Amino acid sequence: MSKAKKMKLTLPTEELVGPGNLACQGCGANLALRYVLKALGQKTVLCIPACCWAVIDGPFPHSCMGVPIYHCAFETAASTATGVKAGLQMTGDNETTVVAWAGDGGTFDIGLQALSGAAERNDDIIYVCYDNEAYMNTGIQRSSATPLGAWTTTTPVKFFKDEPKKDIDAIIAAHRIPYQATASIAYPEDVYKKARKAKDIKGTRFLHIYAPCPTGWKSRPEDTVKLGRMVVQNCIFPLFEVEHGEKYTLTMKPSNKKPIDDYLKLQGRFRHLQPETIKVMQEAVDHEWARLLKNCENR
Amino acid sequence: MKKVLMGNHALSYGAMLARTQVIAAYPITPQTQVVELLSEMCADGTLDAKFIKVESEHSAMAACIGASAAGARTFTATSSQGLALMHEMLHWASGGRLPVVMGNVNRAMAPGWTIWSDQNDSLSQRDTGWMQYYCASNQEVLDTVLQAFKVSEALSIPSMVILDAFSLSHTYEVVDIPEAEKVDAYLPPFRPPYRVTPSDPRAFGGLTAPEHYFELRYKLQKDMEKAPALIEATGKEYEKIFGRRLGLVDAYLCDDAEIVLVTSGTAGYTARVAVDAMREAGTKVGNLRIKVFRPFPFEEVRRHTRAAKKIAVVDRNISYGHHGIFSQELKSALYGHADGKPVFGFIAGLGGRDITPGSFQEVVDQTIAHERPEAEIGWIGVKK
Repeated sequence: MSKAKKMKLTLPTEELVGPGNLACQGCGANLALRYVLKALGQKTVLCIPACCWAVIDGPFPHSCMGVPIYHCAFETAASTATGVKAGLQMTGDNETTVVAWAGDGGTFDIGLQALSGAAERNDDIIYVCYDNEAYMNTGIQRSSATPLGAWTTTTPVKFFKDEPKKDIDAIIAAHRIPYQATASIAYPEDVYKKARKAKDIKGTRFLHIYAPCPTGWKSRPEDTVKLGRMVVQNCIFPLFEVEHGEKYTLTMKPSNKKPIDDYLKLQGRFRHLQPETIKVMQEAVDHEWARLLKNCENR
Repeated sequence: MKKVLMGNHALSYGAMLARTQVIAAYPITPQTQVVELLSEMCADGTLDAKFIKVESEHSAMAACIGASAAGARTFTATSSQGLALMHEMLHWASGGRLPVVMGNVNRAMAPGWTIWSDQNDSLSQRDTGWMQYYCASNQEVLDTVLQAFKVSEALSIPSMVILDAFSLSHTYEVVDIPEAEKVDAYLPPFRPPYRVTPSDPRAFGGLTAPEHYFELRYKLQKDMEKAPALIEATGKEYEKIFGRRLGLVDAYLCDDAEIVLVTSGTAGYTARVAVDAMREAGTKVGNLRIKVFRPFPFEEVRRHTRAAKKIAVVDRNISYGHHGIFSQELKSALYGHADGKPVFGFIAGLGGRDITPGSFQEVVDQTIAHERPEAEIGWIGVKK
């Protein structure tokens, strides 16, 4: 027994997301908040607009969380968080980290104006977008974060999404905020590290976390982490940081860049795709990847 | 200290004396001077507050909601289109039981683009669960901001302090500015029973099933029903300290009036001038200015119209397909209480057209000329 190897814990054991919540099996968004809160700690306020997490927390009068949540209107995650931060400061609390915690619809679409406003003012909040690439909470409708080629309930297979995913990271970079990063739930230490780094910076910080959704992607719950890893390794969702909108740093360089095919095959939302569409998608991924590498070189 | 102030600056002084802690606002004509002066006050240290210069009215109210939920005294001001853009968040503030106080300058709604006054902007927000005070002088604007905070914080219900575009917002009057120490005694710091803080982690406003939602709204109404008595009590307390009474309504010569003119906003003061002239000419007219529209002052309205034979309501607003809104509300308050006493509804002054003493003479002439109203709406000063 004495020779038995002890498991090395790379993340704090404290859990601020409690069990018994309403997340679907294999929910990536659930993992995302677990990891982020391990980094931010209990002195955190979450402002959550309409999104899966507005439900996952549990219905009134229940909450699975060890931190306070203010449920805010769909398009107001950033502006509400700004207000909460100001309110806390004016009542003598300069310590608490205020987080806007929104899905991709609330970030890429309806909440973009408020997010841009907060970023332009460099309000002292952390904005986290957990990205499951569609309006999952309302039943899988396309958002501007839905990737090219995907089926959703508003982009049926005959008319699958014909537009590329909006480049939210470039939009945020254009605001020159002090810190932004992408992350994937398949790399908990990386999520933790980036959230921890964000915590210690003043001003607007933005984390874009890839969060697979078995329900909406028609993938197997047990493949959530696998998909989160594949999407980084095939460079559809590279992991990088940007400081002040200019200094790009790749935080995970895939040793052997994989084609996107295997990743697509694990998800029912891409089942209808013909080889010629997949080819177009692969070219777009390669193009964006090359552009990112160039940005990282130009630092 | 007496100062000559525009109505908009009376709002700013009110927010400053209330020691507002967070302001989030977006500019819109004719509200801009409210926030200009407040940003100066924040910059020069007259007011220790955070001023969040948001990118829209929607975000203004969202930020006020966040700040109020965190336990800070919170103020904003807007008008017309801005108020309409806030609509969703107005429900959020009242539903979340947050005592935000907001100045609204009554400006008509576009199109066509207009910056002049009528009340359709604020009256369109009637059912959002906000208290609404319609002011008639710059002094009343300043005083009401202080009272609104006091009442709002006691009941956890937000308040709108409303003034007419230009005829009040940009009109200069002598205003007695209360001493800060006395205001502090009247309005102690905001200490909400619950607030968003990690030291007491709770979820606010989460998914609420039919099992609970109904009771939340029932409680909002029950607390709203406490407001009239509290407005009277805090209005008397205000009089004791500052010498000016703040009530639900302002009744002028109603006790022996055969016709009571019901008005709101600055039209109320014009009505008084008209009443004086008509009284001199031998017509027994009175004026009931409704100051607090939400909650509606049922008892006061019934009491002050009891002696009258006829009631004439002058609305600077309209509910298309129905009547003027004060007219509807008045009839609703009198139903079963006024023995079929005729209520004449008039609409005047939409989009900033002047309401003059002559307008009220016309209203009274038409009211005298007929036993009962001949049409659903009597139009004053419109080019038909």
